[in-house]
Amino acid sequence: MSKAAELAALIGGTSGSSLSNRNLIINGAMQVAQRGTSFTSTGYTLDRMQMLTANTDNVAFTTTQSSTAPDGFANSLKVDITTAETTLDSDELFRLLHKIEGQDLQHLNYGSSAAKSVTLSFYVRSNVTGIYTVEFRLNASGTSTITKQYTISSADTWERKELTLPANTATAISNNNSNGFEISFALAAGSNFTTGALGTSWATTATASRYAGHAANVMSSTSNDWYITGVQLEVGEQATPFEHRSYADELARCQRYYVENTVCSSQADMDGANYMSARGFFPVSMRAVPTISNMTIQAQGNMNAGATINSTQASTESVSLFSLASGAGNTFVYYNFDASAEL
Amino acid sequence: MDELNITSAQYCISLTGSGNGDMIFIVVDGETMHVPLAPGNRHYDEIMRQVEAGTLTIADADD
Repeated sequence: MSKAAELAALIGGTSGSSLSNRNLIINGAMQVAQRGTSFTSTGYTLDRMQMLTANTDNVAFTTTQSSTAPDGFANSLKVDITTAETTLDSDELFRLLHKIEGQDLQHLNYGSSAAKSVTLSFYVRSNVTGIYTVEFRLNASGTSTITKQYTISSADTWERKELTLPANTATAISNNNSNGFEISFALAAGSNFTTGALGTSWATTATASRYAGHAANVMSSTSNDWYITGVQLEVGEQATPFEHRSYADELARCQRYYVENTVCSSQADMDGANYMSARGFFPVSMRAVPTISNMTIQAQGNMNAGATINSTQASTESVSLFSLASGAGNTFVYYNFDASAEL
Repeated sequence: MDELNITSAQYCISLTGSGNGDMIFIVVDGETMHVPLAPGNRHYDEIMRQVEAGTLTIADADD
């Protein structure tokens, strides 16, 4: 390829890689924390980042947005063990999960001879040195997986890791808004998941190979912690420097999946039948019709206090609420809610 | 997703005035969530999984 062709490809042409918008991970710098900055349970934590356990008996941990970070970053995601898992049983798993919409990955051309390689890079740090694994899986409940190992060599030191995945010519990524690609960072894995062979190509999932060779056990002591930031997935066989995006850009991307404490006010009319309706819009179009929670009427006029919300109706753009409240005349309503359309 | 600890589930009232509406109000760990009848919404999918498993019943909307 000529230099001109290489440059054109780099800028965003035929190679699928590009100088901008190349990072397929949302919130890879752990900037956005709409739900809060400290969590003690499994589930979504910092935006787009999900902590999961399976079959654990004792472990307790906090996940926080930490200011401990490598040069060039302000934040990381920190996992700190507060109660150790006394024994790592064969069926136990402890991991951080990130999911990507399938329709955002069609340029990978998976499932065809034109499929492209991708490279995951990230900064990681832990006092627990040794071999860790990352599992990659296609499509919701998909069976096409590949696992890669990395090693933390020095305790309590930031290290940048690069994992390149071969092109997947066999399995296409569904072209829709569902889970198309998930990345699972193991922090501990029981022998049911570690004793298989480490494959070199995408293959049908074998349980024993899901975290093949994983040795580190972050759950083993309350002295243990694990940090990650600068997570980037990009087309190609080389990791490039982390693509920093503005907080506003990253927040908007996150809000496709979750919005926290959206405050809305609406004017409404209490008619003779005594009902009130109001409509609030999401900051961006959401991935799917979201679940609404923490919906609270904070203030209202000409409507009796303590009104309850009797019905809601949502789309990917907005939510309407209805209250069979008593009152009369023009009114206003001031309310807030959270909306979740996570994968 | 993690299994939801759903302690109650009920259709919201219909905007047409009678029957079931387009959301299921569920209570999870004391928190009320309004879940759309939309496959692909992870909460709806979990509700349906529990209904099919026979561990959850969705009550009709109040009259």
